[in-house]
Amino acid sequence: MLIGALRARLERLGGTVTSAVWRLGFASRFLFYLVVHSGTALRRFRLTIAQIYFAGVLSLVIILVSGLFVGMVLALQGYETLQRFGASESLGVLVALSLVRELGPVVAGLLFASRAGSAITAEIGLMKATEQISAMEMMAVDPIARVVAPRFWGGVLSMPLLAGLFSAMGIFGGYLVGVQLIGVDAGAFWSQMQAAVDWNNDILNGVIKSVVFGVAVTWIAVFEGYDAPPTAEGVSRATTRTVVTSSLAILALDFVLTALMFTGGNHQ
Amino acid sequence: MNRSILDLWVGLFVAAGFGGLLFLALKVGNLATFSTDATYQVNAKFSNIGGLKERGPVKSAGVVVGRVAGIRFDGETYEAMVTMNLDAKFQFPRDTTAKILTSGILGEQYVGLEAGGDGVMLKNGDRLRLTQSAVVLENLISQFLFSKAAEGKDPPKEPAK
Repeated sequence: MLIGALRARLERLGGTVTSAVWRLGFASRFLFYLVVHSGTALRRFRLTIAQIYFAGVLSLVIILVSGLFVGMVLALQGYETLQRFGASESLGVLVALSLVRELGPVVAGLLFASRAGSAITAEIGLMKATEQISAMEMMAVDPIARVVAPRFWGGVLSMPLLAGLFSAMGIFGGYLVGVQLIGVDAGAFWSQMQAAVDWNNDILNGVIKSVVFGVAVTWIAVFEGYDAPPTAEGVSRATTRTVVTSSLAILALDFVLTALMFTGGNHQ
Repeated sequence: MNRSILDLWVGLFVAAGFGGLLFLALKVGNLATFSTDATYQVNAKFSNIGGLKERGPVKSAGVVVGRVAGIRFDGETYEAMVTMNLDAKFQFPRDTTAKILTSGILGEQYVGLEAGGDGVMLKNGDRLRLTQSAVVLENLISQFLFSKAAEGKDPPKEPAK
């Protein structure tokens, strides 16, 4: 009796693990197929441009407003701590480094996942549920090349631009609060920032992070949409899973990338 | 939505995105000042570099004239070997002194160059002979304490007479 229950548990656990590995394999094969069949998306670039509009341009408002407020809050909080040590002139360094290295790519990625990733999943899932995908296959149009690939590249191209705008807007917000409101010296704010922020080590690594997050989020989004059961419930579950999985993926990847990029030892 | 209006928005978005990156590069990261300028490399040995970091500034008269390119330990002399990239615009005499200084009381450490009087200028790969190490706070405090203790010993003898 007891052994039987235990065995059933173990079997269920094994089943979960196996299906997770199966899905990972399918997702990887899907990504490979997608990249190989991206010819249409790149040749007929208008398809991709339309997706850049949906994923990038329509996310602009939330990205810019969040960036502004994150920068303003950083400046307020940072000033409180820094002025205790008489180092309030380093406010620019604090705001710029936190945004460019971490907050820009990560917060922009999380917002992008919930704003654009979920929309991509829902759209592809509904296309599948309403049998538009099968109809395309019927007409000998490859749905991955025609529907999925433009969305993937649109997201991948939008993400670094959004993260850059987020950081720039955040630094502007930090400037507004730090210099205009609190009264930190503008010259010290900018010059200390310029002395501390390095193009290769800080800005370029931030851009690399945002590209990686962009690939991860859009990959998860298009895969979840394509893999969603063609029912209302299936699409809604897939949308939720996109947001949860891609948020977790962003945080895990961010830890790995930070460990690789910023713990080299000599540079601070 | 009209195709051309959509293109306009995407174009604006891409331009704004690159504008943001350009802002980060020029205004925040100060890429323009130190990147492609021609530099020459000089070395200096210090018995202690304190908290000097790679990419730290090299200043002369308070003006940044280069960056620390590398720091390594010399196993034979037990000294630190600091490699510096100096801007080729600035030529220094061969007997220039290199000191490790601190900006402010808690600030970062940098290499300060003081030009000498030699007519021969430094070339790529040269070594600065005259160096002064970083001031280590612990040593300073122990020196201060020893000198205080030594002072404290002497005075009691004299009034005793």
